[in-house]
Amino acid sequence: MNPAFSVIFFTTASGAGYGLLGLLGAGSFFSFLPADRTLMIAASVTALLLITGGLLSSTFHLGHPERAWRAVSQWRTSWLSREGVSSLVTYIPATLFTYTWVFCDIDNSMIRLSGLATVVLAVITVFTTAMIYASLRSIHAWNNKWVPLNYLLLALATGLILLNAFLAWFAADTVGLTIVAIAVLGGSLVSKLLYWRFIDSSSSSSSNASAIGTRPGSTVKLTQSPHSQANYLQQEMVFVIARKHARKLRRIATLMTFVIPSVLLAATLFSNSKLNVACATLAVPVATIGILIERWLFFAEARHTVALYYGAQSA
Amino acid sequence: MTAIPKSSGKKLGLVIDLDICVGCHACTTSCKEWNTGGYSAPLTDTDPYGENPTGVWFNRVHTFEVTAPDGSSQTINFPKSCLHCDDAPCVTVCPTGASFKRAEDGIVLVNQDTCIGCKLCSWACPYGAREYDSTDGVMKKCTLCVDKIYNEDLPEHSRVPACVSACPTGARSFGDLGDRDSAVSKLVESRGGFDLMPEQQCSPVNKYLPLRKKVVPANAATTALRPKVSGVADALLKWIDKSLC
Repeated sequence: MNPAFSVIFFTTASGAGYGLLGLLGAGSFFSFLPADRTLMIAASVTALLLITGGLLSSTFHLGHPERAWRAVSQWRTSWLSREGVSSLVTYIPATLFTYTWVFCDIDNSMIRLSGLATVVLAVITVFTTAMIYASLRSIHAWNNKWVPLNYLLLALATGLILLNAFLAWFAADTVGLTIVAIAVLGGSLVSKLLYWRFIDSSSSSSSNASAIGTRPGSTVKLTQSPHSQANYLQQEMVFVIARKHARKLRRIATLMTFVIPSVLLAATLFSNSKLNVACATLAVPVATIGILIERWLFFAEARHTVALYYGAQSA
Repeated sequence: MTAIPKSSGKKLGLVIDLDICVGCHACTTSCKEWNTGGYSAPLTDTDPYGENPTGVWFNRVHTFEVTAPDGSSQTINFPKSCLHCDDAPCVTVCPTGASFKRAEDGIVLVNQDTCIGCKLCSWACPYGAREYDSTDGVMKKCTLCVDKIYNEDLPEHSRVPACVSACPTGARSFGDLGDRDSAVSKLVESRGGFDLMPEQQCSPVNKYLPLRKKVVPANAATTALRPKVSGVADALLKWIDKSLC
């Protein structure tokens, strides 16, 4: 599948935003975050900016962005519509949450209630984003249980990296959350490795034989393309990435999304406060580049069954 | 609504005979001609006379060489357009309701006025039946010539999709595949018509008819190219043949 930058930016930025927002909500409800007003406001505004930037970016690839409002109507059947609805609904408790941190007493029960609603809706929204891809039977690399698990874990992991940076900047105690972040990064790495193993060791149940209805065991060769130039279908859905590049990019994504941020976060456990801030801060840009490569691969490595009509041997 | 409606029982569709199709592309060009002025008009072409011509087509003919396990090979000309599936995933994924399936005849259409151009339907279709028009910013697809098949201004024999009207070999048939007694249903029944990619669980309405088995006469080897003359005549002909060289 053609990796469109607007969608890569949308899924990664809003993923990290919902991760951070959900953590702030959960932290306020379960009181595991310091009741530092400036910290909470700065972090929740950052989360809302990431989410909003991502959602706006996702409308850039629409043919008619001015009609985007229609996309909330078909939530009964469409995961894209469900995502639209849940992302909009999340703004209600999220805005209330930020508002109460700005204007109300710190021990206000509204903070805790809106925080709880925010975390629940953030999880739902990230899940609906993943299901847009996971529900497409035509794309084997997406139509599996690893996809929602990866999206949820990566949103949580990138949210934790951001939260750790905020805590370091505001000189709050980070030890507990740092250990959680390293554990979540480890878990999401395992889930990503299992995903890659799955897509490497299996392919779509559709074959070029079932696509044109020949007997199994026959070999099929495209001898004449229907058109001389690449058409929309090929540009959008028959994106081919060289296998050796994919291997190299997977290693870079693994290092930058999971390994290096984990090492940097671990270093904060044993360092003084200045180095602590530097390490926690550096983890953010490193993981950002890592997750952008990870998401690029998610699209670039996914093969669509339509390729079977253009000479692909499997999908 | 993008939910699949309860079918009225009528399922209009095409039956494509792969044994007859010669791959002349008459169906694709006449489709383009009719539909560029039809329901989803225009079917935009970019750079039509230049180096890199691309454009929206509802129907494409691929040509494949298929080699069976026994080593014999055959050419298959393979026209492909929307299959108007009973369980069309392109319809249910649509977030706006622009993509819909008609209850009355099963035709799958896109409302050009409400489509936001998110392209998700084209991702959901395993067959690649939908093509995005980047000039109009909306998704376009085969309409089964909905503006032709019911058109009472046309003579009755013309009230079939443009591809069916154009096919010079009769490889394309149009009719109600929901009606067991219709001519198309009987054709599918008698020729072993099949679904494309049944494992994708889209329940396509359009059916394809397989290549007929190659019939090789039992005495093929003995009848092959033998001299028709013998004896004196044969010797004479050989002499003439030699002298002429």
